[in-house]
Amino acid sequence: MNKIYKIKVSLFKSLLIVFTLFFATSCNTDEEQTVATFTNLVMQDEFDTNGSLDNTIWDFNIGTGTNGWGNNELQYYTDRSENAIVQNGVLIITAKKEDFNGAGYTSARILTKGKFEQKYGRFEARIRLPYGQGTWPAFWLLGANIDEVGWPQCGEIDIMENRGQEPTLISGTVHGPGYSAGESIGKSYELLNDRFDTGFHVFGIEWGPEYINFYVDDVLYNQITPEDVTGEWVYDHPFFIILNLAIGGDYVGAPNAETVFPQRMLVDYVRVYQK
Amino acid sequence: MEVNGKLEHTYISTLENKKDKEMKIIQFIDSKIIFVLGLFLITFTSCERHLSDEAEFATHATTAEIFIDGFEGGLDYFPFGGSFLEAFSVDTDESYTGEASMRFDIPSFGVGFGGATFPSTAPRDLSGYDALTFWAKASKGADINEIGFGIDGNGSKYQVTASNLAISTKWTKYIVPIPDPKKLIEHIGMFWYAEGAENENDEGGYSFWIDDLQFEKLGTIAQPRPAILNGEEITEQAFNGGTVNLADRGLTQTFNLGSGANQTVSVAPSYFTFNSTDVDVARVSELGVVSIVGNGTATITATLNGVKALGSLTIETIGSFDFAPTPTLASSSVISIFSDAYTNIPVDFFNGFWEPFQTTLSADFTLNNNNILGYTNFNFVGHQFSSPTVDATEKSTLHINMYIPAEIPADLDFLITIKDFGPDKADGGGDDTTQQVFFYAEDFEAYTWATLEIPITMVNKNNIGQIIYENINNPTTSSIESFYLDNIYFHN
Repeated sequence: MNKIYKIKVSLFKSLLIVFTLFFATSCNTDEEQTVATFTNLVMQDEFDTNGSLDNTIWDFNIGTGTNGWGNNELQYYTDRSENAIVQNGVLIITAKKEDFNGAGYTSARILTKGKFEQKYGRFEARIRLPYGQGTWPAFWLLGANIDEVGWPQCGEIDIMENRGQEPTLISGTVHGPGYSAGESIGKSYELLNDRFDTGFHVFGIEWGPEYINFYVDDVLYNQITPEDVTGEWVYDHPFFIILNLAIGGDYVGAPNAETVFPQRMLVDYVRVYQK
Repeated sequence: MEVNGKLEHTYISTLENKKDKEMKIIQFIDSKIIFVLGLFLITFTSCERHLSDEAEFATHATTAEIFIDGFEGGLDYFPFGGSFLEAFSVDTDESYTGEASMRFDIPSFGVGFGGATFPSTAPRDLSGYDALTFWAKASKGADINEIGFGIDGNGSKYQVTASNLAISTKWTKYIVPIPDPKKLIEHIGMFWYAEGAENENDEGGYSFWIDDLQFEKLGTIAQPRPAILNGEEITEQAFNGGTVNLADRGLTQTFNLGSGANQTVSVAPSYFTFNSTDVDVARVSELGVVSIVGNGTATITATLNGVKALGSLTIETIGSFDFAPTPTLASSSVISIFSDAYTNIPVDFFNGFWEPFQTTLSADFTLNNNNILGYTNFNFVGHQFSSPTVDATEKSTLHINMYIPAEIPADLDFLITIKDFGPDKADGGGDDTTQQVFFYAEDFEAYTWATLEIPITMVNKNNIGQIIYENINNPTTSSIESFYLDNIYFHN
């Protein structure tokens, strides 16, 4: 790690300014924390063009998958603009309560499979989460070899997932052979005096050989290494990105009468760096 | 209510006891509230006078703490009228943290209730906080009827009420969110509660404790969803010149707390900004009173801290109102239950909300200072006056004016029951007697006051305690939806 990238707490959004400040001033290290060191930007979607998603980066998953995408989720994923659209500089994924092809909800799940896949790097997104019992937003990676080796052998890195009934908590987790689903390895991060559905927060990992660091905003809250997992380390091949907003499912439980719909997950950007 | 021989602010709120057909009246007597001017002058420090240097708005203390190990920042304690006087004490044997807690002893059913407000002795600026928080536990599982802040003996413009707050025997933190903190720049009412056994099955004869009572900036009070009219879109007909008080019509604010749970509180009208689509038809005061000022249709909506409230009230004016004939009898020959022409006797209630079968709601209104009882969703309803009961020994007749604001159904079969409570002067007890009188379609005319003169023929009439109105033809779906009453009195 020859080049150190630092993020100033109050200026996180303006990366360039921060970068300039870092070199222009002598930094007070008490106010800064090194959470990410990879600075070679190789992919970004700033969601600055209104309308549909950039199809050179993203595809949609459609439908209900197998057994609700393996989790008994309740939504039907569509590629309709009412479920995913770029507006005013953000991607809006909207979960609606409506009867659609046999499901009670609709939402969207987008992925870079076959379009952007990378081994190692810094994967980061700035997101404002929805809220309410039964909403399950996630920003995560799946091993690009999933069609050959299957899940969980392909590996899964959940950079951020949240239960809508826990508006101050997110989790960062890995799933692999011998440690998937209920036995997955990860950690939760709780915001103090704030919550994830009232403003944007940066969720990221920095991933290299034999480590994955998890961070939220300027806080590095976990590192997972081969010693932490109770099975094979399956994170030395390319992965692709998924962003989705699920409704219901084993992880969160179903929405209840108090869950407000529609619910929206707002994504300001997705950026990927290499070392 | 007199304090030191001097009547000052009297605050009345009510705890309705639906199941037992009685109503407790809570009265708050406040003779100590000191009003502080919102301005103070800064001492001149230079000969040149710049307005901005001379005067500025006073900034009140931002003290957040109410009770930590004792009262903080200067507090008064005003029990509500009728409250069990020993209900509140400071307990040094129980505490969540530190040395002491607030203890509330709630009496058994029938003995009374505990209720009080704790106003600050000087206004505080609470605009930097987002919730009232406290830790609480009880000697057994219980629901506190009402708890909150903002009762100040001076209109309580920013009152907030959490209802039926469930507490357990384990110390737990509770959060009562502030609907809009920027309103609370000069706040007096720090904390209030009212809790009593509402019936024999409701908890009573127990204690609960509150500790670390304070305002906090939690930062996790989010996703506001204000509502008026309980979030419903209601259309009502109203008479020109009338008023509708929105404070009684389901004004709430709901937040999602950091725990993920939703917390709904009842809030005073002044937190809202009301809007009328036609101010020549209806306009709304800051206190939430809709005045109907012209013919037409107007829809009342509201926002709270910039968030549009769910629900609306559409008023359709139906012209001017004909009042019931003004009574002419001398007051000496009348015992009046409800009339603007006489001094009325104390009445327990004009609507007992008798569960589980009663559907009738009250929609009383005032037109040109004339009070009128209104009932909607009618199946049956009754008034009760038990303290004292009416001794009608010398009275021959019960007079009632009744108005049906609709075409009169041909099968109308309307029963009025007069009930004497007997020697025990209480409903039930095996000594009650009744007299029943039926009225039919021909006794009424649409949109017109009928005068009903009912000869009192019952043998025992020295402890009359109830008048009950029922539709007999179809008691579950009455053939009349609503009616008005006025000038209910016994006379010679």
